[in-house]
Amino acid sequence: MSVQRTFEEINEKIKSGRVVVMTAEEVLDLVEQKGITGAAAAVDVVTTGTFGPMCSSGVFLNFGHSKPRIKMNEVYLNGVPAYAGVAAVDAYLGATALPAADPANRNYPGEFTYGGGHVIEDLVAGKEIELEAFAYGTDCYPLKKIKTVFRLSEINEATLFNPRNAYQNYNVAVNLSDKTIYTYMGVLKPHLGNANYSSAGQLSPLFNDPLLKTIGIGTRIFLGGGIGYVAWHGTQHNPCVERAANGTPLYPAGTLAVIGDLKQMKPCWLRGLSFLGYGATLQVGLGIPIPILNEEIMEYCAVKDEDIFAPVVDYSHAYPNREGGNLGLVNYKQLRSGEISINGTRVPTAPLSSYSGAREIALTLKEWIISGKFLLARPAAPLPSIEAGISLKSLPQRGSE
Amino acid sequence: MIKQKLVLRFPPALVEQPVIYHLVKDYDLMVNILRADINPKKEGRLMLELSGSEANFRQALDWLQEQGLRVMNLKQQITWVEERCTHCGACSVICPSGALALTRPEMKVSFDASKCVICELCLRACPARAMETLLDEVK
Ligand code: SF4
Ligand code: SF4
Repeated sequence: MSVQRTFEEINEKIKSGRVVVMTAEEVLDLVEQKGITGAAAAVDVVTTGTFGPMCSSGVFLNFGHSKPRIKMNEVYLNGVPAYAGVAAVDAYLGATALPAADPANRNYPGEFTYGGGHVIEDLVAGKEIELEAFAYGTDCYPLKKIKTVFRLSEINEATLFNPRNAYQNYNVAVNLSDKTIYTYMGVLKPHLGNANYSSAGQLSPLFNDPLLKTIGIGTRIFLGGGIGYVAWHGTQHNPCVERAANGTPLYPAGTLAVIGDLKQMKPCWLRGLSFLGYGATLQVGLGIPIPILNEEIMEYCAVKDEDIFAPVVDYSHAYPNREGGNLGLVNYKQLRSGEISINGTRVPTAPLSSYSGAREIALTLKEWIISGKFLLARPAAPLPSIEAGISLKSLPQRGSE
Repeated sequence: MIKQKLVLRFPPALVEQPVIYHLVKDYDLMVNILRADINPKKEGRLMLELSGSEANFRQALDWLQEQGLRVMNLKQQITWVEERCTHCGACSVICPSGALALTRPEMKVSFDASKCVICELCLRACPARAMETLLDEVK
């Protein structure tokens, strides 16, 4: 028996209330009982989720015009600078932006209490935001400065556009040095004191469609508690790394650029974070439905934590100096157990990406699909995958010293 | 019998008082010192566990307050703001006492205040800033 389904057939089943949806975790038991073909025949859609820190995130805002008009040249939201090098009252607020007054790492390790990610969380929460903007003044835009307050509902657009989210796999960070270090992978204690990882493993979107056979440009997704879309491949998209036999990459690989209307999102799925000694960022909730078009796709969705591997990388020296190499591969079952072994040393592990959050996102997306409010979108174009011949470039360093 | 963890805050003038001596000698309490420090403003902070009879314990608290010390429940020094917690789990390798721990397979973090030793490491290590300190005075 061979299972074949189209996006259109799945959407018909969603509309008629007959669709069968399971999360990437729930489906594992079914595959165990019924095998790949049986599970593929029974299930139309598998939902995935991830809820981790994603620095390459931000929001395009259009504030509406003031009277008289202003062509904003410098924009601050609750003191956090936004990029204003676009049209008059447009700006882009990035998740890692910091107020000029933030002492950053001058008080090492810096606390980074409030940055772009926190402004985004406050915007979504409907809080009043202070806007301060400066301009040089033109004949058509005479105003030179403005200070006001607004709420998300009072401005024209707020479009979350994240250039790189949903990393397909990530390093496990450790510290081989003899002092504590403060990184985007959290606080790392000396002498292999802890190992931090950041992926939802078997629940993570790009581990369930490792070769990007169903996810493409235009795929409709759960983004920040609302509905969003895959816009493009993400920055540093690197699908051509070495992979296991099940298709999952052994190193950080694919990424997604995603887009959605901030106005429908929820603050619990867009959380401002402060990484001690590193900076501010945003924790983004993201979930992708995988249509079970055939058995092959079900086989990908059946991937378990024990079959997904990540490299252990030293963040005290090898990572900052780009020396490459790693301390071996570990699987996500080991990582999630709370302890791994590195060169014979037992090292406690901690996640930075919320597994329980990922599970809740996958369950929410499942509910949306079953209730008929979320139809699957067939991609308009595929994303570059293993045959794309991509290799990551490094920054040319020439010219000046 | 009562056993309770407390934080005593000493104003600079009282830092040199033999408080522990009186707790033991006059109130017959057992004292287990968990942590002690003096901040740059010369205020002292002493975290301890007291055990003894309930009556003596109450009288000792009254006496401490008469001396001008602030007495707080250690348990409430550190609070976990559950609605801010994203259950990421980052704190689980930072917390030295096991007060913050991940439950498996739920992969949710729970906070057991009775295990907390107020090292305060979680306050800044929690990216979502879900851990707070509160000063809750014992009446
Ligand atoms: S680090 Fe903070 S947000 Fe993460 S689980 Fe611990 S208390 Fe919750
Ligand atoms: S103060 Fe220290 S012991 Fe208490 S919860 Fe935080 S890290 Fe754990």
